[in-house]
Amino acid sequence: MTARRPTTAHRSTLGWHLLLAPLALAFALPLVWLVLSSVMSDAEINRFPPALWPHGIHLGGYRYVFGNAMFPRWFLNSLIVSTVAVASNLLFGALGGYAFARMRFGGSRVVLGLMLATMVVPFQLTMIPTFLVMKWLGLIDTLGALIVPSLVTPFAVFLFRQFFLSLPREMEEAAWIDGCSRLRVLFSIVLPLARPALATVAVLTFLTAWNDLSWPLIAINHDTQYTLQLGLTTFQGQHHTKWSAVMAGNVITVLPVLVAFLLAQKTFIQSLTSSGIKG
Amino acid sequence: MSTIPRALTLAPQAPGVQASTRRAARRRARRERATAWAFIGPSVLVILGLSIVPVVWSLLLSFRADDLVTPGRWVGLDNYRALAQDPNFRTAVGNTLLYTALYVPLSLVGGLALALALNRRIRFIGIYRTLVFIPFVVSATAQGVLFSFILDPDFGVANALLHHLGVAKQGFLSDPNQALYLLVLISLWNSVGFCVVVYLAALQDVPPELVESARLDGANRRQILRHVTWPALTPVTVFLVLWQLITALQVFDLIYVTTKGGPLDSTTVVVYFVWQQAFQLFTAGYGAASAYVLAVALLVAGGALHLVRRRLGRTEGAAR
Repeated sequence: MTARRPTTAHRSTLGWHLLLAPLALAFALPLVWLVLSSVMSDAEINRFPPALWPHGIHLGGYRYVFGNAMFPRWFLNSLIVSTVAVASNLLFGALGGYAFARMRFGGSRVVLGLMLATMVVPFQLTMIPTFLVMKWLGLIDTLGALIVPSLVTPFAVFLFRQFFLSLPREMEEAAWIDGCSRLRVLFSIVLPLARPALATVAVLTFLTAWNDLSWPLIAINHDTQYTLQLGLTTFQGQHHTKWSAVMAGNVITVLPVLVAFLLAQKTFIQSLTSSGIKG
Repeated sequence: MSTIPRALTLAPQAPGVQASTRRAARRRARRERATAWAFIGPSVLVILGLSIVPVVWSLLLSFRADDLVTPGRWVGLDNYRALAQDPNFRTAVGNTLLYTALYVPLSLVGGLALALALNRRIRFIGIYRTLVFIPFVVSATAQGVLFSFILDPDFGVANALLHHLGVAKQGFLSDPNQALYLLVLISLWNSVGFCVVVYLAALQDVPPELVESARLDGANRRQILRHVTWPALTPVTVFLVLWQLITALQVFDLIYVTTKGGPLDSTTVVVYFVWQQAFQLFTAGYGAASAYVLAVALLVAGGALHLVRRRLGRTEGAAR
């Protein structure tokens, strides 16, 4: 048995490679094509059948996107909205989660229950009144309309609460009895231990905020306030035939999440599975 | 604010000091309460204000004829009655159900199959897993724009490949007989990776001793999968069914970017219908009513799966 093992093991792994490598490549292929076509010349793209490999790198698409379109502005808008969403979800999520996990106050169970219930409310049900609230606040057509609804999600509060409940209380209680305020305890003792929760909330909030299309579509009309997702789809509608520019814009839209994912792949996947299985 | 007597954390003391300690404790509890409300204040304001209030508001809207601009009027159940008769809404429901019926099972079966294949320690496995998962972080907008290009009947690479294979040009997303199926495929490309990742995590939690002892008892690979691995994956499967079901019933972004519900309404789904009614045709009351129909469907589906989950939990507990 021991003598045969290496050969069978080798043969079986080869079989798996023959199966998995083409499969994995098939998943990557559309993205490869995205990058390739963004550096093709219009002549290479706009013929049938199109070229399958660019002859040299043409940056015409990127030049067009940066020169004639508002992509830099949209990029900045997306960055502002997602950054604020991440920061405020971390702050308000941690504050709320801490109160629900550690503090005793009347009504806490009711409020927590209501918050959890809102997690199952579908977006379409709230979108019309949310639009009206934003209009009433005078925020429609500003980044504020995108920021306010994403300031804090029940998901962030709940995730922090669950995480804090799993931490031992002793250290906090010692600090509290020493006269530290709750806020001090939270920021100097609890949060440094809460890295996994902070990472999960940050990653998932960023992904959701950066990739959202439906709410910006409703809340924003003026193109100076577009996010990248909204800008890209409008840009595509107006420039059917400038495919290299559309693909260049698409690369710019996808790149930040792709880079973020590749840099923090492990955190990313742990975030998804932990929130997925327990949530 | 009324003070409710609450448990003191301090040890009982001599009668003389007790009154003042009690007062101090009460003051402390009041301060604690104020701090707690300050901590949850922002969340309560945003989450309840932009969720609970809109849910009630939507319900009221659904009983009104309202264009969001001029004052509306109460119409009772007319919106719901009209929905029941509306052929466009029926089409949207039909498309949504077809999309869901294809998307949910395919993403789970595909996810499980890939996870089983990827659940081994061989070279490059990290790269394979990454490549399968990567489409998940790509936004629906980017997917839609990319696949509109790939599937463009005139300039797309898909028709070019078919051309090399000698197959005639296809209409793809502009063909009412193909569009919805292609959208299912695009969504699968994006989301199978998520199912894979969740299943992989669960597979790693299957106790290896259990698999090993089953093997020693003479079970073959299929029997191990059927009787050892699969039961261990049931809770995750229920979660994924629920998650994918919610995702599928709410699909919108991809459709907005690619087909806008066309061609010939072949890809109009319920959320697209809601959005159109509220923000294109300015019949917000009607849109709210259709959103409520969808929400109730989601609630029923969620409740049913919750029951299944509890039932499974009970039988599992009994088995232990």
